[in-house]
Amino acid sequence: MGAQLRVYRRRIKSVQATKKITKAMELIASSRIVKAQQRLEASLPYLTHLYAAINAAATGAADVRKHPLMANEENRTKAAVLVVTADRGLAGAYSSNAIKEAEALTTNLRDKGISVTPYVVGRKGVSYYRFRDREMGGQYTGFTDQPTYSDAKRIGEDLLAAFMTPTAEGGVDEIHVVYTHFRSMVSQEARIRRILPLEVVDEVVTKEEGAPPSALYEFEPDAESVLDGLLPQYIDQTVYSALLMAAASEHAARRRAMKSATDNAEEMIKSLSRQANQARQAEITQEISEIVGGADALSAAG
Amino acid sequence: MADGEKVLNVAVVSAERALWSGQAKSIVAKTPEGDIGILPNHEPVLALLVDSSALRVEELDGSRLVVAVHGGFFSVAGNEVNVIAEVAELAEDIDLERAQAALSRIQANGSPEEELSALRRAETRLQVAEIAKTVQAR
Repeated sequence: MGAQLRVYRRRIKSVQATKKITKAMELIASSRIVKAQQRLEASLPYLTHLYAAINAAATGAADVRKHPLMANEENRTKAAVLVVTADRGLAGAYSSNAIKEAEALTTNLRDKGISVTPYVVGRKGVSYYRFRDREMGGQYTGFTDQPTYSDAKRIGEDLLAAFMTPTAEGGVDEIHVVYTHFRSMVSQEARIRRILPLEVVDEVVTKEEGAPPSALYEFEPDAESVLDGLLPQYIDQTVYSALLMAAASEHAARRRAMKSATDNAEEMIKSLSRQANQARQAEITQEISEIVGGADALSAAG
Repeated sequence: MADGEKVLNVAVVSAERALWSGQAKSIVAKTPEGDIGILPNHEPVLALLVDSSALRVEELDGSRLVVAVHGGFFSVAGNEVNVIAEVAELAEDIDLERAQAALSRIQANGSPEEELSALRRAETRLQVAEIAKTVQAR
C-alpha cells in the first residue's frame, strides 16, 4: 500500500472516532434538554403563585415605596450582576454569548455611574473573569447542567446579603441576572433581567387568567411582613428559574454544536474517502502501466 | 360543614414541583401569629408559614394529610388554597430513619449557627411523621 493511501486511511479513522464522540454527546444533550425542560415546567406553578402573592402583598402594603423590594431610588451606585455560564465547553458560543451580554450590561451600568460586581455561575465564566483579574462577588460551579433548588438558594442568600448590606459597607442596590433564555429547541438568546428593585411584577401577574383581585386579601401577620418573608424566596426562585432556563439552553446549544460537528465529520470522511479512492486508483493505474511497460520491454528485447 | 357541597381545592406546590393537589374539608397551618384553620368560604387570606412547620389537610373522605413545609406561605381565595413552600414533603415520603440520623448527627456536631435550619428541618420531619402516625391511628 502506498504511503499516500495509508495517510488517508489513518485520517479517516481518526475522524470517524471523533464523529462517534460528537454523535454520542449530541444524543446525550438531546435527552437532557427534555429533562431540563420538564424541570423548568415543574417549577412554573411555584413561580406564578409567588409572583401573584408578591403583587398582592405589594398592593396591600401601606407604604410600598419604602420597601426594599420596590424602593426605586435614583442615586444607585452599586450593582451585582449574576452571570450564568456553562461548566463545560463544547457548547458553541453559549457561554461567550452570556458573557458578552454581561459585559454590555456592565458597560451600560458604568456609564450611568454604577459600579458592578460580577457573581459568576459556571466554570467558563469564572475562568473568563479570573483570567482578566476581575474581582468576583461569588463563584458557583459544578451544577450548571443540573441545577437544584439548593444551588439557587446558596446564590440567592449571597445576593440577598449583598443587597441588605448598606452600599457604604460594600453592599449593592441593584441585582441583575444574565442568563440564556430558552425560546425553543433551536433558538436561545442571552437575556438580562433585573431582579431587584422589582420591576416585572405587574407584567407577570396580568398573564394569569382569572386571578382574584388582589386588594381583597387579608394578610397574616400583615402585608409588610409578608413582603419581607417573600423577598428571599423571590430572589431564590428567580435565580432558580434562570438556572433552569440556562441549563436547558446549555444542552440545546451543546446539541447544536455537536450536531454540526458530527455533520462536518461526515463531510470530511466523505471527501477523504474520495481522495483515498483516487490515490488507490492512481496506484493501480501506475502498477498496470509498469507491468505493461515491462512486458513491452521484454518483448522488444526478445 | 353540613351539606359538604363546598370544598376547598388545595394545591401544595414546592419550588421544584407541584407536590399534591386535591379537595379538602379543611386545612390547619401555622403562621407567625399562631395556628390558623381554614374552612370552605373563608375570606381571602395571604399568610406566611412558620419556617419548618406542619401543615394538616383534612381530605373529603376524612383522611388526614400531613405535610412538612420549610419556608413559604399560603393563599386562600374563593375556596382555592395554594400552599407555596420552598421545600415541602408529604409525611408518607419522609424517611424516618434518615431524619433521625440527620438529627442525631447535627446534635452530635454541637450544631453551630448554619446547622440550625438543618436541625429544625430534621425535627419538623420527625414531628410531621409523628403527627401523621397519631392521626392515622385514630
